[in-house]
Amino acid sequence: MLTRNVFGLPSMGLRNPFADLENLTRRMDLLTNAMHGRPGTSFMMPKVFPAINITEDKDKYYVRAELPGIKAEDIKLEVTDKNLAITGERKIQSEGKNVRYHRREREAGRFSRIVGLPGDVDADSVDAKLVAGLLTVAIAKSAAAKAKQITVKTSE
Amino acid sequence: MTESKELQAKAKHEVTTPAEQTQQGLVFTPEVDIFETEQEITLLTDMPGVVADNLTIDLRDGVLTLSGDIKPWEGPEETDVLVEFEIGKYYRQFTLSDAIDQDKIDAKLEDGVLRLTLPKAQKAVPRQIAVKVG
Repeated sequence: MLTRNVFGLPSMGLRNPFADLENLTRRMDLLTNAMHGRPGTSFMMPKVFPAINITEDKDKYYVRAELPGIKAEDIKLEVTDKNLAITGERKIQSEGKNVRYHRREREAGRFSRIVGLPGDVDADSVDAKLVAGLLTVAIAKSAAAKAKQITVKTSE
Repeated sequence: MTESKELQAKAKHEVTTPAEQTQQGLVFTPEVDIFETEQEITLLTDMPGVVADNLTIDLRDGVLTLSGDIKPWEGPEETDVLVEFEIGKYYRQFTLSDAIDQDKIDAKLEDGVLRLTLPKAQKAVPRQIAVKVG
């Protein structure tokens, strides 16, 4: 049975009256996501702290996270199989009794996150650096995971 | 003993500056805590990846401007696998209602956190003016 919907195009069947608006919203989201953001960017808000960027080159994976105000000794890193676990705590010192706050936007607390790595890694050669609040973990790919060059033979 | 709660991830806020940048790139608003005591105003802000050389603090006409630049940290050979946060500069402006003693401003940048201490100017001491009877 034909029904008329919001945008005047005939369609089949009994429809959820909001289907067209949902469709429009979804297409607008896709459009805005396509206009900015690098390929592979997930514009879903990261659900677990900290937000992570993973990049790779020939030999290593690089995992980066912004962890301002955290000391190296308050961060624990563990590599197991293909997972990297980052655990720690952000502390904000209390400022005394006679202070009046105008704004309070920063948060303190514990965090714990496991990040899956795309390939096998060599757990013995992991190098982690915390500089100016930016954590960079460089993990060497295992020999098996590195791309192997394959030569193409032209004759038998 | 207070229990520390779990941190939630937050998306970074892009700033809408009225002035356009000369270079391409994203600009974010860093999160700040601002509080005051009798003597001073203190501002704490998170700017991960910013070092002292790339941080500009400007105070004029009662407007405080913080601007932190990031050196690109990815090597040229790297390709993206997962991107959950973008890289960009930090910028934020505040108007200050109190007069500040500019000579005594103190700025400390550690672990990507800026602690800026702005001592309030001493209020003008009223002076007695003797009236001579002539």
